[in-house]
Amino acid sequence: MAGPLLEVEGLVKRFGGFTALNRVSLSVKAGERFGLIGPNGSGKTTLINCVSGALPVDSGSIRFEGREITALPPHQRTRLGIVRSFQIPKPFTSMTVRENLGIPLEYAAAGRAGGEGSADADEILESIGLHAKAHLRPAGLTQIEMRKLELARAMAARPKLLISDEAMAGLSSTEVDDILAILFRLSTQGITIIMIEHIMRAVMRFSERIVVLDAGERIAEGTPDEVVRNPAVEKAYLGE
Amino acid sequence: MFSWDLLANAVVAGLLIGGFYAAVSLGVGLIFGLLDIANIAQPAFVILGSYAAYVLNNSYGLDPILTGLLLTPVFYLLGAAVYRVYYTSFERRGEESLRGLVFFFGILFIIEVSLSIIFGVDYRLIQTWYGSRSIEFAGVGVAFRYLVPFVVGVAMTLALHLFLGRTFYGRAIMAVSQDRLALRLMGANPVQIKTIAFGVGIAAASLAGALLISIAPVIPSTDRDYIGRMFAITVLGGMGSIGGTLVAGIVLGIAESLMATFFGPSWSLAVSFGILLLALAVRPAGLFGR
Amino acid sequence: MKTGRTLLVALAVIVAGILLAKLRVNPYFYFAGYVILQYIVIATAWNILGGYAGYVNFGTPAFFAMGAYTAVFLIRSVHAPLPVLIVAGGLVAALLGLGIGYLTLRLRGTFFSIATLALAVVLQTAIINWEYVGGSRGLSVIRPSGPPFGNYVVFLFTVMGGLAVVSVLVARFIERSWIGRGLAALRDNEEAAECMGVPTLKLKLFATTVSGFFLGVAGAPFPYYVTFVEPNSAFALDYAVNALAMPMIGGTTSWVGPVIGAVLLGTASQLATVTISSEMNLFIVGVVLVAFVVLAPEGILGLVRKLRGR
Repeated sequence: MAGPLLEVEGLVKRFGGFTALNRVSLSVKAGERFGLIGPNGSGKTTLINCVSGALPVDSGSIRFEGREITALPPHQRTRLGIVRSFQIPKPFTSMTVRENLGIPLEYAAAGRAGGEGSADADEILESIGLHAKAHLRPAGLTQIEMRKLELARAMAARPKLLISDEAMAGLSSTEVDDILAILFRLSTQGITIIMIEHIMRAVMRFSERIVVLDAGERIAEGTPDEVVRNPAVEKAYLGE
Repeated sequence: MFSWDLLANAVVAGLLIGGFYAAVSLGVGLIFGLLDIANIAQPAFVILGSYAAYVLNNSYGLDPILTGLLLTPVFYLLGAAVYRVYYTSFERRGEESLRGLVFFFGILFIIEVSLSIIFGVDYRLIQTWYGSRSIEFAGVGVAFRYLVPFVVGVAMTLALHLFLGRTFYGRAIMAVSQDRLALRLMGANPVQIKTIAFGVGIAAASLAGALLISIAPVIPSTDRDYIGRMFAITVLGGMGSIGGTLVAGIVLGIAESLMATFFGPSWSLAVSFGILLLALAVRPAGLFGR
Repeated sequence: MKTGRTLLVALAVIVAGILLAKLRVNPYFYFAGYVILQYIVIATAWNILGGYAGYVNFGTPAFFAMGAYTAVFLIRSVHAPLPVLIVAGGLVAALLGLGIGYLTLRLRGTFFSIATLALAVVLQTAIINWEYVGGSRGLSVIRPSGPPFGNYVVFLFTVMGGLAVVSVLVARFIERSWIGRGLAALRDNEEAAECMGVPTLKLKLFATTVSGFFLGVAGAPFPYYVTFVEPNSAFALDYAVNALAMPMIGGTTSWVGPVIGAVLLGTASQLATVTISSEMNLFIVGVVLVAFVVLAPEGILGLVRKLRGR
């Protein structure tokens, strides 16, 4: 496929007098493992909210597979293949784990060629290790199981582009590796992944390319090694 | 049938009643605008204040404004109690939206029906000592019956504005509405602060209700006339802005007055509803809001 | 219950209704029965939006009265037959639902609810000013002659019974369909639902329209039932509180809840009104509503589920 999968150009987002995103641009290639990092409040989640459609932009454009999607509502973007998971899990509390996956399978994935085969809810739950709890309500899940459910739900939507928003925050070292393994596996299946994380070792290991945001602006871009050695990045995280 | 005289009178009348509307809406501005709690029972508390003023006026001849002020602590405690129930049952469990709304509707309903049972459906009004007087101002007649509530309304707005801006608890309330972390850093307990805010909001209803019954006759279902007005004013004025509430109240008052003067009085409720929908559609943040 | 079996039960209910009509028991039975059946329709309709989608409509009287006054208008202007009244009443109320929904459903659910609360008051003012349908004085309506079963109230009883069956079947159908699943998702977490591909706005508008339709349908036979229509009774607060209380008491997540709530609360209300007073009855309903929403928010269905599951 010629051209990048996702192209964000000159994105501006303001909240009243506060500029959360100041002409941010980036592009993600198909199949890439892409990292998005930056200190708290740098605009990462705002950027994701704009890309997924949860927030309208003040100016700038967002293109997916070459097509302008800036005006599309979130559910239509999901149907095109842009899927995000939430930092704080937002499961459907009145449904079982399996039924939670049923929603994206029915609404987002239906009508689109599976690509990786006709994986249904049970297959996804097996691959992620939640099959034993498929009949339970989210209230009966542990912290990491909730995070896995978030990812499983995103997988059920058959993403072309998966945006994982701090899926590993607050998890133990083994749990982080667990989630990382799942994301690597998804990447080998051809899914483009944008990872937003604070856990540096995870981002460094996972990403092929990283963009760094600070105070709503893009301050660095490159491979993990390049970014780590970038003085602007060090300054952003540690201060002067 | 147009004349400048008629227009001037309508605008002045609207201005005055608008100040009163602002007073009535202060509670909603505080509780819904700042705390984001959809207390749709607020109009019922206002009517409760009206009837309380009526009873004390009937039995002891007390001036309604005096009654309204005297009963403020009682209403404050009532508001604090209601919030505690709301918090324990809903907010703490994170289930505010559907059930919280139904809860407040239930409160509204219980208050209205109770007043119906106790007082029946006759109209009640308090005749104040100043009610029949008026003064001339630049060729326009200004009735004290409207002027006094306007002045009290403006005073209440000012008082609340100062409270929120200058006192510890007031600033804590502003902090709660914006950032829980800032609140914790201030050393205050969010639940306690919200209790105080809710109490103040209901206390404001006491005085507003007393003013209401001195302006116009009241029956238990009068509360429903004010739901649209209160929320229209709060949204139009900007959900967090107390000063905005005053401006919005006056805007609504003038709009209603013009409508009543040139098209007949029965459409005034449609004005507030229309303004509510318009404000929601165009600028959900209101004129001055965040 | 499987669909085939449900349809059989529905048929049985209709047959039972007709038999009851033929039996001609105590006339009060038909008056009271009509009210309870009417509330089954109202509670079921309310729940499609309130229970399935999580959007609370406080303005039920507005929709009910729209159905009633559409009927009055059609009776007075063209002497339309009952089926036309019912469909027209439903459609007008559905349009009202669509309109209010379109204006407010893009915002938070709270604003929708506040708008519905204000709506009822405004609509009542509009009707009071409309002389053709009686204005504030009200209008007398003459029942058509020669009704089936020989008595018009008995006839209305069976009609409302049929409407109750239809509304429940529709609610059940929606609940079990992909629409119902989408509504449940948006009720549980609207933001997540939207991001999982659920077209939340469209589904909300759908629910508001269908809910409005059946509320209007419940109101359309009202003029013939009361024979004298005036705004205070058409816009009665009873409808507002009962539409809420019946699903809340019965349980909001399934079509069964509103039916249970309507039968229980409806019967209790009829008894209370007759033995104590209608205002005391309303007071008790209000207290019960608050008690349930605070202590047993999942209603009777929820309590049963807890007792069984444990």
